[in-house]
Amino acid sequence: MTESAIHCRDLRKYYPDVKAVDGLDLYIARGECFGLLGPNGAGKTTTIEILEGLTPADSGDVEVLGLRWNGRARELRERIGISLQETQFTDKLTVIETLTLFRSFYREGRDSDELMRALSLEEKQNARVGKLSGGQKQRLAVACALVGHPDILFLDEPTTGLDPQSRLQLWEVVTRFREGGGTVLLTTHYMDEAERLCDRIAIIDHGKVIALGTPAELIAKLEASNIIEFTSDPPMAGEAFADLCAGYHGCAKRGEGWQLRVDSLAEAVPRVLAIIEKSGAKLVTLSTHAATLEDLFVALTGRELRDA
Amino acid sequence: MPDAPIVELTKSRVREFIREPEAVFWVFAFPILLTLALGFAFRSKPPDRIPIGVIGPHAKEWSAALAKSPVLLTRVLEAEEARDQLRRGKITLLVEGDAQPVYRFDPTRPDARTARVEADDALQRAAGRRDVIAAREEHVSERGSRYIDFLVPGLLGMNLMGTGMWGVGFSIVNARMKKLLKRLIATPMRKSDFLLAQFFSRLIFLTGEVTFLIVFAWLVFHVGVHGSLVTFAMLCLIGGFAFSGIGLLVASRAKTIEAVSGMMNLVMVPMWICSGVFFSYERFPDAAKPFIRALPLTALNDALRAVMNDGAGWLQIAAPVGVLLAWGVVCFALALRVFKWQ
Repeated sequence: MTESAIHCRDLRKYYPDVKAVDGLDLYIARGECFGLLGPNGAGKTTTIEILEGLTPADSGDVEVLGLRWNGRARELRERIGISLQETQFTDKLTVIETLTLFRSFYREGRDSDELMRALSLEEKQNARVGKLSGGQKQRLAVACALVGHPDILFLDEPTTGLDPQSRLQLWEVVTRFREGGGTVLLTTHYMDEAERLCDRIAIIDHGKVIALGTPAELIAKLEASNIIEFTSDPPMAGEAFADLCAGYHGCAKRGEGWQLRVDSLAEAVPRVLAIIEKSGAKLVTLSTHAATLEDLFVALTGRELRDA
Repeated sequence: MPDAPIVELTKSRVREFIREPEAVFWVFAFPILLTLALGFAFRSKPPDRIPIGVIGPHAKEWSAALAKSPVLLTRVLEAEEARDQLRRGKITLLVEGDAQPVYRFDPTRPDARTARVEADDALQRAAGRRDVIAAREEHVSERGSRYIDFLVPGLLGMNLMGTGMWGVGFSIVNARMKKLLKRLIATPMRKSDFLLAQFFSRLIFLTGEVTFLIVFAWLVFHVGVHGSLVTFAMLCLIGGFAFSGIGLLVASRAKTIEAVSGMMNLVMVPMWICSGVFFSYERFPDAAKPFIRALPLTALNDALRAVMNDGAGWLQIAAPVGVLLAWGVVCFALALRVFKWQ
């Protein structure tokens, strides 16, 4: 058996109105940073909470650090650190009091002072939690997850709603934790976060893994490195593009306009312009960007990550 | 280095409470204000003098004699006015007559008969009657028999109920709503440590609450504890335990503050009314009394009154203490089984 941090097979969790997790397999190696990427309601949180031993699965098998939750829960809890989506700590306690409380639950752990320095919270150590900014609260949540010196760090949407600077700070904390040999499992609906932090990513939709691999591998699945998007007046009809689409990896109607996935912008853009001109329409907007995970998600599901 | 989890959890709960000025007010100041208001409203005072009237040719002379009675309040009146006042109950007795006094009164009224006896005694003495035997009066003012003596243990019981249930219930539901309970069980923390910390922190506040109210009642109203202080303290702890258990059960599944508030009131309001906080439950029908005595607040109030006013020991309060312990143990056990952490 290789050194797995987390291994689950055929995980299922059905709620009356939704199949939150519908046959999920994951293998996460020790030292890896693994991302669950998907839109809201895709089943990310249910999945991570099953792996954290907080929600029982209907069926399937979960191993964390080679142990099963059943009967080994306390031992496992000593070795993992968790940041839930939207936990609110007690407003009336200070940062240091909160951290000391959480430290008391673990047999071994990190020094609170050192941890506050690592998370840039030392200036706020005597501030009440209720007075902290969103980013500071989130750093405190991560500090509480790290205080037991865990082998695995679970982060459920750690940067949702944070300003860019706070996001960068949190990313740095995750990076440093990995340098110490830690394993990270995080969920996010930010593709840039997943690309930046994760060694491997599983894209999840409707409780299933629809794509799995390193960020580069996943983007390569698009078989196109660039995306062209444009709108015209009047909007172009599909027939005008029939032969154009044939030559590329994908072309789809996006709102009033069109989106094309192409290898070479230099070759494709002039062709697009020529076709529009030939049809007598006027070009209104034209934009291009390098292909991202978001584009992969759209290509796989026909929906956007953010508002899917 | 942090202390043991149970100590840290208890410290956190205590800090959370004392940093909430409103909560401190309700726990400490409110019962004091209530005691003060009710204590003054129902304070013991000497009985009012009985108003009587005098008319007729001897009115002046008789009223001088009647004024010596400490029980009567005598006024000299005009004949017509006097009849009118007697009819309307403004005076209870009318002394009239030309030579010999005539007492006009309603014999079905106890105070009128008292007035008749007092008035006759005063007039006879003034006319020269002497006592044949010398009697001596001894006045009874038993401590523990005043209304305030009845009220203070009742308010103490009510306060132990209110703070016990709210203190535990509110903080648990609040932590559940904030997903803090879920976050806590994601650590190696023992669930029993968390629940016990709720109980221990209650005991810490309870010591303060009880001391505060009892010292106040003693200083202002001279309401003391006639029984053993140790028994009294233990009894308060048992009461606190019972109501923490009930609070824990009420809060074990509630998802919102509104839901838990409704349930708390459902549990507490009947006890405010039935359990003899402000007036004795002896006034309820006999058929209802066994049920009323089985209520935890009735048991606590009965036991507190027995210890504070009658100096009772453990043997005399065994029944209500048994009721309290049963409530506490059963509710704690049930709460542990049904408690929802997320």
